[in-house]
Amino acid sequence: MHSELSGKAAIVGIGQTEFSKKSGRSELRLAVEAVKAAIADAGLEPSDIEGLTTFSLDTNPEIDVARAMGIPELKFMSRIHYGGGAACAVVHQAAMAVLTGTAKYVVVYRAFNERSGRRFGAGQRNQPTAADAEQVAMSWLLPFGLVTPASWVAMFARRYMHQFGATSEDFGRVSVVARKHAANNPNAWFYGKPITLEDHQNSPWIVDPLHLLDCCQESDGGVALVVTTAERARDLPQRPAYISAAAQGAAEDQHMMTSYYRPDEKVTALPEMGLVAKQLYETSGLTPDDINAAVIYDHFTPFVLPQLEAFGFCGRGEAKDFIRDGNLEIGGRLPLNTHGGQLGEAYIHGVNGVLEGVRQVRGTSSNQVDGLSNILVTAGTGVPTSGLILSRQ
Amino acid sequence: MTTTAKPPVEERKRPWPAVNEDNRFFWDGIAVGELRIQKCNECETLIHPPRPHCAGCGSFDPGYVVSSGIGTVYSYVVFHAPLAPPFVEPYSIAVVELAEGTRIVSQIIGIPPSEVRVGMPVALEFVEVEPGLTLPLFRPTES
Repeated sequence: MHSELSGKAAIVGIGQTEFSKKSGRSELRLAVEAVKAAIADAGLEPSDIEGLTTFSLDTNPEIDVARAMGIPELKFMSRIHYGGGAACAVVHQAAMAVLTGTAKYVVVYRAFNERSGRRFGAGQRNQPTAADAEQVAMSWLLPFGLVTPASWVAMFARRYMHQFGATSEDFGRVSVVARKHAANNPNAWFYGKPITLEDHQNSPWIVDPLHLLDCCQESDGGVALVVTTAERARDLPQRPAYISAAAQGAAEDQHMMTSYYRPDEKVTALPEMGLVAKQLYETSGLTPDDINAAVIYDHFTPFVLPQLEAFGFCGRGEAKDFIRDGNLEIGGRLPLNTHGGQLGEAYIHGVNGVLEGVRQVRGTSSNQVDGLSNILVTAGTGVPTSGLILSRQ
Repeated sequence: MTTTAKPPVEERKRPWPAVNEDNRFFWDGIAVGELRIQKCNECETLIHPPRPHCAGCGSFDPGYVVSSGIGTVYSYVVFHAPLAPPFVEPYSIAVVELAEGTRIVSQIIGIPPSEVRVGMPVALEFVEVEPGLTLPLFRPTES
C-alpha cells in the first residue's frame, strides 16, 4: 500500500465557465475565467498559486494563464498526454506536487472551444506531416477509414457485444440515466431534457454499433480546481474533498484507443483501467463496497460497462445486468454521473466530472447522494488513463 | 497487381501512411503484393503493429513473414458519420485475425456492410483504392 498519498491532499476550490456550443470567447479567456473562479472558491489569491497543470492537448500555456491571472511565480508546471485519459492524472500531478513541498497550491485547468473550434469527433483526415511514432501508429488505422474516436470505440463495442451478449439497448441505458441526471442539473447543457430508450434507439447511426446518443456532446467551456495539502485544506472555507487515492495506468500492448492486438480475454477488458483500479483500492485501503457513487468517463457509452467490471462493481461481462437492475440511479447501489456526465452535462475532457466528485463530497450536487463518503472518478478509456477516489474525512 | 505512380501530396484523398524505418518493410511488402507480419529474427515471435525492438527477447533484429492472407473477422464497425470524404458511407472496417495469429485493421469489401459478421472467414485482396495507394483489404470467402 502506498499510503503516502492517501488522504494527505485535497481539492479545496472549484471553478468553471458556463457550458455551451459557442462560447464566443478565446480558449485562454475560458481557462482564466475557470481558474479565477476556482481560486476565489478556495478563498485564495492568485499570488498563493505556485503550480499549474493541464493536458498536453490544452492550448493554453501555463505562462499565459499565469500572466492573465497575475500569478507571479510558478514553481511547478506539468502536462499529461493521451487526451481524456489525463482527467484524473492532472489531479494526481497536483497532489504529488503539494505533498513533496514543490508547490503550496496547484491549480488544475482544462478549457477549450471543442464545439465551435476544433472538434475532436471529426476525426483525423489530413495527410501525415511527419513519420514520427504517433503518426506511424495512426497509419494502421486512417488509410482504412477508421478515422474517428467513435469508430475506434465502436470496434471494441462490437467485440464486447459478441463476447457477452450486451446490446445497443444496454449501452442506451447509460445514456438514459445520464440524461436523467443532467435534466436536474442547471449547469448541464441538457438541463430539463431527458431522453427515453426509444429516443436512443431511434437516434441515427454514427458508427454502428454506436448511435448518436451513445456519443458524448461537443462542448465549449473551461473548468479548474485547486489542490493543496490536507493540513492547509482545513484552514480554508470549503469542505475539503480529500484525495484518498489517485493513479495513472497504461497496460501491456497499449495503443491509443485501438488496443485491438492483445490476447482475446483482454481486448475489451480495459486492462489499463484495471491497473488504475488496483492502485486506487490499494492506496486508499477501500473496496468496491466503500464506493457510494461514481463519475465514470462516458465519451462513448459502451466503455462504461467494462469500467464497472474493472472496478469490481460487478463481474466480467455482467455490467449489462448491473445496469438493467437500476443500480446507476439515484438511490441505487452506485449512482452514476450525477452531473449528467459528458453525455448530459458537457464534454470538458472529463475534468468537469472531477468537479462533480468534489460537489458530491461537499454535499452540493444537483443530484446529491445521501450519506456519501467516497466517490470514484475515472478518466478517458481506451487510452492510457487515470482515476481518483475523493472522500469526506 | 499494379500500383500507379504516387501523386503529389495535395492530390491524395485518403490519409496516406506515414512511413519510417520501423514500418517501411510493411509498405514495401504491399508494393510487391505481400502482406508482411513482423517476426523477430531471434525468438521468431510474430507481432503487429511492428516495433523497433522485441520486448520478448530484447533483439533489435526484426524480420518478417509473409502472411497467408487468410483470416476471420474479429470485430467490425459500419461507418456512417460524420461524412469522411473520400470514404463513401456506409462502409465497413474490421479487425481481421490472420491465420498466423496477429490482427490487423482493414476494410471488408465485396458484401454490403450490414452483412459483415464476427467470425466471418475472409481472404486478402490488394486494392488500389486511389491512384498510387494500394491497401491490403479483405473479402469474405463464404456467402
